[in-house]
Amino acid sequence: MKRHLISAADLSRADALLILDTAEELAQLADRPIKKLPTLRGRTVVNLFYEDSTRTRISFEAAAKRLSADVINFSAKGSSVAKGESLKDTALTLEAMGADAVVIRHPASGAAHRLAGWVRGSVLNAGDGTHEHPTQALLDAFTIRRRLMGGRRGSRKGGLGGWVPPGAGGSGGLSGSSPRASTANTALDGLRVTIVGDVLHSRVARSNVLLLSTLGAEVTLAAPPTLLPLAVGSWPCAVSYDLDSELPKSDVVMMLRVQQERMSAAYFPSVREYSRRYGLDAARMARLPDHAIVMHPGPMNRGVEIAAEVADSSRSTIVEQVANGVTTRMAVLYLLLGGTEFPAVTQ
Amino acid sequence: MCAAINQVAGRDGVAGRDGLAVLDAEEIRRALTRIAHEILERTHGGDEVILLGIPTRGVPLARRLAGRIAEFEKLVVPCGSLDVTMHRDDLRLHPARALGRTELPADGVDGKTVVLVDDVLYSGRTVRAALDALNDLGRPRAVQLAVLVDRGHRELPIRADYVGKNLPTSQREVVRVLLAEVDGQDAVMIGEEGQP
Repeated sequence: MKRHLISAADLSRADALLILDTAEELAQLADRPIKKLPTLRGRTVVNLFYEDSTRTRISFEAAAKRLSADVINFSAKGSSVAKGESLKDTALTLEAMGADAVVIRHPASGAAHRLAGWVRGSVLNAGDGTHEHPTQALLDAFTIRRRLMGGRRGSRKGGLGGWVPPGAGGSGGLSGSSPRASTANTALDGLRVTIVGDVLHSRVARSNVLLLSTLGAEVTLAAPPTLLPLAVGSWPCAVSYDLDSELPKSDVVMMLRVQQERMSAAYFPSVREYSRRYGLDAARMARLPDHAIVMHPGPMNRGVEIAAEVADSSRSTIVEQVANGVTTRMAVLYLLLGGTEFPAVTQ
Repeated sequence: MCAAINQVAGRDGVAGRDGLAVLDAEEIRRALTRIAHEILERTHGGDEVILLGIPTRGVPLARRLAGRIAEFEKLVVPCGSLDVTMHRDDLRLHPARALGRTELPADGVDGKTVVLVDDVLYSGRTVRAALDALNDLGRPRAVQLAVLVDRGHRELPIRADYVGKNLPTSQREVVRVLLAEVDGQDAVMIGEEGQP
């Protein structure tokens, strides 16, 4: 694995599977009386947040704390950034305090990449502008794998999924052999994922397209033409303007939030029209195959891209995604910080 | 201490491409049979005993021991695995390693006699990590240790309760346990450093 996690494209298929398998083992921790491991004792993780965030910041904080790292939370509000300090000066301050890893969220695309050139520790991109959010893609892939590639799923037609490489399962003598055994080292080959909505402003969409295609899934973007980036033709995915025709063949539907705070022009006539053409309501959900799941990275605009009854249905994995976020981020922190320290970068 | 046969190995094994074979499949089978009997003896018939193998090769060994015990006493001893990676003291000396699996019997470890099972006992550091890992999982009534090979050179005050074979070695030598479940054959090999 590389030293930083800035883009989902940094991850090879083997890296991604290692992270997912590690997360799978760490997921057991949630059921234990002591939800903590001593692995990162004495390491410092800085959460550097220039943008508002609830779940990502809390999730990274919980992940680092469960691995016994020291966590320093930094939010732009109420810090020297309000007095005009630059990203570089802030980074050097953190560097002087000895951060082993910096988790950064920033409104400017590319901020994480710039930061990686200035600090000695690992940089984890927790969302930079409209560019990438790789840990969200990892937790989404983890959620999809748990829901659809485990042995428990009943209705999916044979052939795909549930495949166990020789030697990976075989929990013969173990009492209570669990479904976990069957997902180890499994990718998402052949699964069809449809990502719906505001792709243009979504870092989640870009990271997911890159990671899910690395893992072998077939990704389709369904969005109005105005909400697709110009370069979408070079992405490893298909594009459709018609959501209804994509639904019956989707194993996973991932709804994106309409990011009105990033919209500087009129991308669609009205919220109501957007919702009618690209929102997921109960009638549309009924067109999905029986095994299909509905995902949303949060925060949701209920009634815009997703109807409340869909968000609260048993097919929705939205709450699961939050729980899986902590485990996936623990896996990433462990794999980046748990081993040998990387040699210092020479200036 | 272990009352049984801890005789010193004569270096009369068969040389192969992995070095010298000091235990063959039959000898491993006999050693495990003896350990299974010793566990039953020392725990008064295997009451409230759990076997926890340390990945990778401790896990099949624990399963084999459970199989023997089931054969001798018609007693089902719960069997699981305990990954110690996250508790190791040498994590920072290597790149981050992939995790093994921890799988506990449904009833947990509280109040049970846990027998940790591993292939080779050397510095004792893995066992220390296992004790720490176990500590986070519950409070066993007692913890015992069973190993197939004890090769000496302890760096911590740790000893095994059940030993398949005491194997005096030099620290330059490498001891490898091969098991059919993982490696396709049963053998204990000893070789010089650098050999596989």
